[in-house]
Amino acid sequence: MIESPISSGRNHCSAGLLVRVPASDYNSVPMKRAFLLFLLFSFILISCSPTNNSSVSKSSANYIENKGSDTIVNLALAWAERYQTEHPNISISVTGGGSGTGIASLVNGTVDIANASRKIKEEEVAEAKSNGVDPVEHIIARDAIAVIVNPGNPVSELTLQQISDIYSGKYSNWLEVGGEDRPIVRLSRETNSGTHVYFLETVLRLGNKEDKTLFSMDTLLLPSSEGIISEVRDNPNAIGYDGLGYVPDDLKMIAIAKEEGGAYVLPSIDTVNDKSYAVARDLYMYTDGEPKGIVKEYLDWILTDEAQLIVADLGFVPVLK
Amino acid sequence: MEKSLSWREFIITRLIQGSGYSAILFVALIFFFLLREGLPTLREVDISSLLNVRWYPIESYYGILPLITGTLIVTIGATLIAVPFGIGTAVYISEVAPRWMREILKPIVELLGGLPSVVLGFLGILVMVPYIRLFMNLPTGLTAFTGSLLLGAIAVPTVVTVAEDALDSVPRAYREGAWALGATRWQTIWRVTLPAAKSGVLTGVMLGVGRAIGETMAVMMVTGNAPVMSLRLNSLFSPARTMTATIAAEMGEVANGSTHYHVLFFIGMMLFIISMIVNIIASSVLFRSKKRAERILS
Repeated sequence: MIESPISSGRNHCSAGLLVRVPASDYNSVPMKRAFLLFLLFSFILISCSPTNNSSVSKSSANYIENKGSDTIVNLALAWAERYQTEHPNISISVTGGGSGTGIASLVNGTVDIANASRKIKEEEVAEAKSNGVDPVEHIIARDAIAVIVNPGNPVSELTLQQISDIYSGKYSNWLEVGGEDRPIVRLSRETNSGTHVYFLETVLRLGNKEDKTLFSMDTLLLPSSEGIISEVRDNPNAIGYDGLGYVPDDLKMIAIAKEEGGAYVLPSIDTVNDKSYAVARDLYMYTDGEPKGIVKEYLDWILTDEAQLIVADLGFVPVLK
Repeated sequence: MEKSLSWREFIITRLIQGSGYSAILFVALIFFFLLREGLPTLREVDISSLLNVRWYPIESYYGILPLITGTLIVTIGATLIAVPFGIGTAVYISEVAPRWMREILKPIVELLGGLPSVVLGFLGILVMVPYIRLFMNLPTGLTAFTGSLLLGAIAVPTVVTVAEDALDSVPRAYREGAWALGATRWQTIWRVTLPAAKSGVLTGVMLGVGRAIGETMAVMMVTGNAPVMSLRLNSLFSPARTMTATIAAEMGEVANGSTHYHVLFFIGMMLFIISMIVNIIASSVLFRSKKRAERILS
């Protein structure tokens, strides 16, 4: 009877659990069982043992955790990449998940910077205060929401009121807004998207806080920008909306007039900057208190021309000083 | 030596026993957690508004009926697809296919079962959605039916694997007896083998249905997620929002402890209960037919 070869002191904690087998019986069933048990218990041991490399937390001096809005995630990634190549000692982790997710993480103290495509809500500020977190707002870029249709759709101009009526369910055929005789398929982002809330407030309710208009019940709620884009690209019945930065060239953007008789304006960097395009908003980053150290350096860099050029590259609108 | 061996035996037995019991503990803990987080719903939201037909949680509309009907219609559609297809495949593998074919088919079906559903979801959104809209002349291809097709594909491997095992364990003497009486192959399958394997086949169907009810990702990608009541037969061909997709889509955003959070857990609780019911039906069917088999044998 000898100790089985696989337990040769690699992990003496689990060796005691092994069944001793004759060496000649190397391929026997008990041998295999013993090996499986060995694997099982070493997994348990490994998963139980305290890991020393988990010290990558926000307390680390060269690490910035950045999380939030899916609208901003590509922009934040591009910034983080550029910044890290210029400052190799800094590492920035960027994740999406939605504005609410980012702010919730800031409130819980798990991120250094939360990205949000909407202003922080009063409840969230209250929750943050009760957690000892003081959210500070930074406007880091501007965004316009484009209303998009299939290129085969002859409709190219709508008023805000018409779009509101389409999404609230008042119009359900393209004929009613000057198109072909086709049913309207309304596409929207999920309710957890900052873009959804912004679209509801700015377009469906035309900025009127008292207005209780809701999305028509048969509005399709898609979990991602890609879902909306692929459906609009494919389906001539569809109408959707998405951040200007995400609309590919092969889709048709609708020129929007603020009111009937007004000028129809296509979304672009210029029309957002001169405020003639109606559906545009600020994008934010939130920090806990005034930023300090590397977070401050990073946020300052974001407002430089170099970083704002990336904003323009991605189809967002740079912040003008 | 003897003593230390028995001591080791004791520890190993206890460890294995412990991991066996832990399943019960985990299920109990999960259910307790769901109850704790879900039941406050009944205090915070009226029953009448829970039974409303509008689901729009960010404005405090918590009607869960559209979600329940959405899950039901997608699951029923998936069952209608998965059951005949799954049983057919199982019968083919177990009864009809030559040996080499069986050797190829079984691992392929098992591979299909291991495919991540998000991959199927991608296939669905890129391939099935456009064609379903064109072929069926629908306003959009993002429908409950598309979800049913995908869920059917996800449930089929479960049905096949379990049903095939059941068919395989039918004694060879049954078939030989049928053939000796002059029954054709089809008659043997339909009148002898399938009835003999009934309980196992039913278990497979139930497990497949359970899999379909619980599936999230693929459904979320292709059903359009519009919370509309699906009551008529043609609702199958319009968008629907399932309970699982709702939880997955909205859980990330809710504030901890808010009404919306509790309602989502309430939905989770209902899903838990639904899949428990499906499992209970499956095991009671199995139990009953086992007893019958014992009676015949004694």
